[in-house]
Parts: sequence; C-alpha cells; structure tokens
Amino acid sequence: MRNTSRYLLAAALLLSTGATCAADISLLNVSYDPTRELYKAVNSAFAAQWKAKTGENVTINMSHGGSGKQARAVIDGLDADVVTLALAYDIDSISQIGKLMPGDWQKRLPNKSTPYTSTIVFVVRKGNPWKIHDWSDLIKPGIQIVVPNPKTSGGARWAYLAAWAYAEKKPGGSAEKAKAFIAELYKHVPVLDTGARGSTTTFAERGIGDVLISWENEAYLALDEMGRDKIDIVYPSVSILAEPPVAVVDKNVDRHKSRKVADAYLQFLYSKEGQELEARNHYRPRDPQILAAHPEFKKLPLYDVDDLFGGWQKAQKTHFADGGVFDQIYKPGGK
Amino acid sequence: MSTNLTDRGSTRPRGATDDHPLARTILIALGACFIVLFLVLPLVTVFAQALKNGVAAAMDSIVEPDALSAIKLTVIAAGIAVPLNVAFGLSASWAISKFDFRGKSFLITLIDLPFSVSPVVSGLVYVLIFGMQGWFGPYLREHDIKIIFALPGIVLATMFVTFPFVARELIPLMTDQGRDEEEAATSLGASGWKTFRRVTLPNVKWALLYGVLLCNARAMGEFGAVSVVSGHIRGQTNTMPLHIEVLYNDYQFVAAFAVASLLALLALVTLAVKSFLEWHYADEIAAIHKH
Repeated sequence: MRNTSRYLLAAALLLSTGATCAADISLLNVSYDPTRELYKAVNSAFAAQWKAKTGENVTINMSHGGSGKQARAVIDGLDADVVTLALAYDIDSISQIGKLMPGDWQKRLPNKSTPYTSTIVFVVRKGNPWKIHDWSDLIKPGIQIVVPNPKTSGGARWAYLAAWAYAEKKPGGSAEKAKAFIAELYKHVPVLDTGARGSTTTFAERGIGDVLISWENEAYLALDEMGRDKIDIVYPSVSILAEPPVAVVDKNVDRHKSRKVADAYLQFLYSKEGQELEARNHYRPRDPQILAAHPEFKKLPLYDVDDLFGGWQKAQKTHFADGGVFDQIYKPGGK
Repeated sequence: MSTNLTDRGSTRPRGATDDHPLARTILIALGACFIVLFLVLPLVTVFAQALKNGVAAAMDSIVEPDALSAIKLTVIAAGIAVPLNVAFGLSASWAISKFDFRGKSFLITLIDLPFSVSPVVSGLVYVLIFGMQGWFGPYLREHDIKIIFALPGIVLATMFVTFPFVARELIPLMTDQGRDEEEAATSLGASGWKTFRRVTLPNVKWALLYGVLLCNARAMGEFGAVSVVSGHIRGQTNTMPLHIEVLYNDYQFVAAFAVASLLALLALVTLAVKSFLEWHYADEIAAIHKH
C-alpha cells in the first residue's frame, strides 16, 4: 500500500515537473550503438567532477543508434553538443554536409580525436562448434554470419575492412582476391541489422547465426550479459585498429553557450579516470599504463585504415558509397 | 453419410453447417490453435516476461524517470494528435457526405494515403521539410523553433499516420444516413452549426467514439514514423514504443516487457471498449435503418 502511494507520488511529481528539473546546464551526446554502458559510467563520473570543480549541475542526455544514422540525424538538425561516433567519416559528413564544424576537427584533440580504440573480433557459440579461428574459417559451407549493415553501422564498416585487410594482406593475397573473399563472406549473412547492438541481440538473445562479427567491446559486453557459459570470444590472426572519434559540434555549442563544458567533457575522456572507465567498459584506452593493467585486451596485429585504405574518405567512397564495392558484391538474402 | 438431419429428402444440396463433425472439429481446432499461437501466446509472453522478477521489479521499471518521460510524451503526443484528428475527421466526413463538390473522390483518396504509405516514409517527409537540409530547417533554426527531434515533430508524425482513422469510420455511416434530416432541420430554420450539433453529431456519436479509440491506440503505439523524427534522446524524445526498443537493446528485458505490457494493457482496454461500442453501435445503426 505504502509502495503504491510512493509510486503514484513519484509519477505525479515527474509528470508535473518533467525532465527539465534541477539541471543548470545540459549537453546532448549523440553516440553510436554500443557505447550505452560506457557513457552511462562516464556521464555520472564527469557530472560529479564538474560539480566539484564549478558547482554547476550538468546533465548529459544520450542518443544512441547506428553511427551513420546518428550522423545523418545531426546533419538533419538533431541538436548534439558533442558527437562520439564509430568512425571519422561520419563526423566528416557532419562537417561537410551539415557545416557544423571545421574540416580539421580531427586535429583538435590528441590521437586523431579518438580517446579509445577497439577492434573487430568473433563471437561464437560456447565451445566453438564450427572451429572458427580466423577469417578464412568464416566462409566454410553452412556457416551463418551475423553482422550489421555497413551502410548504417560503423562497426559493420570496420568489420568489412578488417576482413578485406586480412584477405588482401595474407600471403598470396590481392585486392581482387579480397573482393572475392568479401563477396563470399556476405553470402553467409542471412540478414543485416542496422546497428551493432541489434546484431548482438540477434545473435545472443535470439540465438540466430553461428558467428557474430563484432566490436571487441560489444563482444565482452555480450559475454557479461549473456553469461560465459553460452558464448566464446575468438580473436582472429589479424584485425583492424578501430578508432571511434569524438568531437564538439561547434555551431550547436555556440548556440547553446555550452562550449566550455562540452570541451571539458571530451577532455575527461582522455583523463586517467576517463581512460580507466573506458577500459572497464571494454574499450582499449590510449593511456599505455592503463592499457597494460587490463590484460584482457589481447595483443594482435591491427591494420590502420589510413595506411591500408588511404583514410576514411577514400575507404567510404570505394567500398560503401552507392555503387561502391559493397553494393556490387552484396545481394540481400545471401546465397 | 447422406442421411440428413432434416426430413426433406436427400436431393437438397448439403448445407453449410452439415459438414462431417470431424471436419468441423478439425477446422475449429485449427482456428483456435492459430489464435492461441499468434495472439494469446505472445500477449501472455509479454506479461510473463514483465513479471519474471516480480511485480515490484516491473513497477520499478515503469516509474523510472526515463520510462515516465516516455509515458508522458506518449500521452501528450496522443493528447494533441487525437483531438486534432477528430476535428479533421468530423469536418472531412461532414463535407464529403453532405455536400457535392469537385475533387471529392480525390479528397477521399488523400485521406486514405497514410494507410498505404510506409510509416518510415511518413517520418522522412517531415525530416525533408523541417530538417536542417530541408526546406524550412535553416529558417526554424534561426528562430530557435524545434520541429523534428522534438515534440512537434513527434505529434506531426503521429497525426499523419492516424489521419484516416476517424474519417474512415464516419464517412460510410454519414453517407448512409443521407441528408434528409439535415435538410429537414435547415428547412425548419436551424443554422448550419445548430444542425451539425443537434442532428448530425448525435447520429454518429458511437461511430465517432469508435474512431477515436482506434486512432488513440495507433497514436500511442506508433513506432516507425515517430522513430524517424524522434532523435532518440533518452528521457526527452523517446515515446513508449521507442523506449521499449531502447530497453530491449540495453539488455534490460524485464523493464522492456514491463513497459510493453503497459501498451498491451492499452490494447486490451481498447479492445474491450470497442466490443462494448460495437454492441451499442449495432443498435444505433438498426434504429437508424428503421426510419
């Protein structure tokens, strides 16, 4: 009885005051799919630090979705103060199409504006029944691969490039062979989700597919959520250095007069405290000491998009733009 | 096999209801199976999942701030969209059924448009009109007016997809009723507004209520169109269906199904009231036809 009245009171209070209560200042962080848990942790830590430093209450609102989709929303007017997306190309689009920040945004923060990195790994059913150990094992007959759509998902684009890098760089490999390998690989994909999280739930919760090609961070999260008795993580022989960048959206922070706190928020991601939170949420921190303190991040050769694909602008144009390689090789429904 | 229950002789063609009892049982069983499998079971699953960790856990996820804000937003959006659609639906069906004018059939087709357009397209239309890259985006931004990724956009998208509900209920009934009563009222000196209020409205009140109900159910449950214009800001622009998706993707299955069961409850209430109205409505129709 007392519980019920408490709930009713809470409901009444919230309905009357709305979500705008008590915040001196607020930021909107538009992010990609798998960072939900990361920014939940980062936001409360940053809010506490900011309160201690300035006495201001800061509320950070979050919006999550496929990286490309989120970039599009910001371009269309979603009022982001900061964007923390899956890859540089998506923020480039915000700069170029939306004209919301200068073209050299990536030079404004250390490490190409990527405070943390990740890579692409495989998630398989417990005991690895299909004996999947490397990229070449993915195209064994009968295997079903779960991976999101490279058109909308950043993780899917990293996954695609990782597979390509493997096929091109392995002994006897070439760009031609890489294209054939990728075409074969996507024939094993029954359906493409729009975002990384959708694919993870498809694989882990709904039990579809034999292998999930996933962000490393997303794989560890699935391990935590689904239980270590259900799935295993497999590191391939090589993968890609995934660099999810962050940036302040200049035009929006100027309008909101929130630049100071937005800058501090992104700086916080590079601080010891921020780096530790990132590591705990399975993102590889840039800080070598903190990285070394987390042995779960396996060392493996990682290709760099700038070296192998000539940067994201070029990679996007060649592979993922309309009529690009992905459109040439992918037929919906596999087979 | 050919023995008939009636004693009129065996030349009469077999009636629809004298099939073999086994065939009948199988057909009924099949029908029941389908209903259980595709309607009852999913509904039960929703509630079962929601209550997996007890009533308190389910309640907690409903009174949590983001959920409350989603419920509030859904109620506000439906609260604006439904009355506006009632006003539109009433005037459109009044115009269509009581007057003749050029382009009438075109108007009817237009009203039906939202039924045939995918909700995603309905949402994108507003992005193209009000988005920063669209027609009015820059102007709106300059004047600090938010349409998409805020409440107005969500209301617009909701209105668009629920547009036909009220009008579609009223047009056939009002056409059926004809203009005699209105003409009689007018010839006795009643004004147009009075005729509408005293003659037309009472004749369609049950059908109107029925349309409102369906309209409201769709308004609260709409996912696709709203998803496109929402921006998915937690605690701000997520409606209930969007919040359910967020929770599900956050691995918060109990919470997702708890909020989902609220929507399911809404559906059940709608269904109950609808059945009640249908019963009333049938009487009304019969009464009207007696004239």
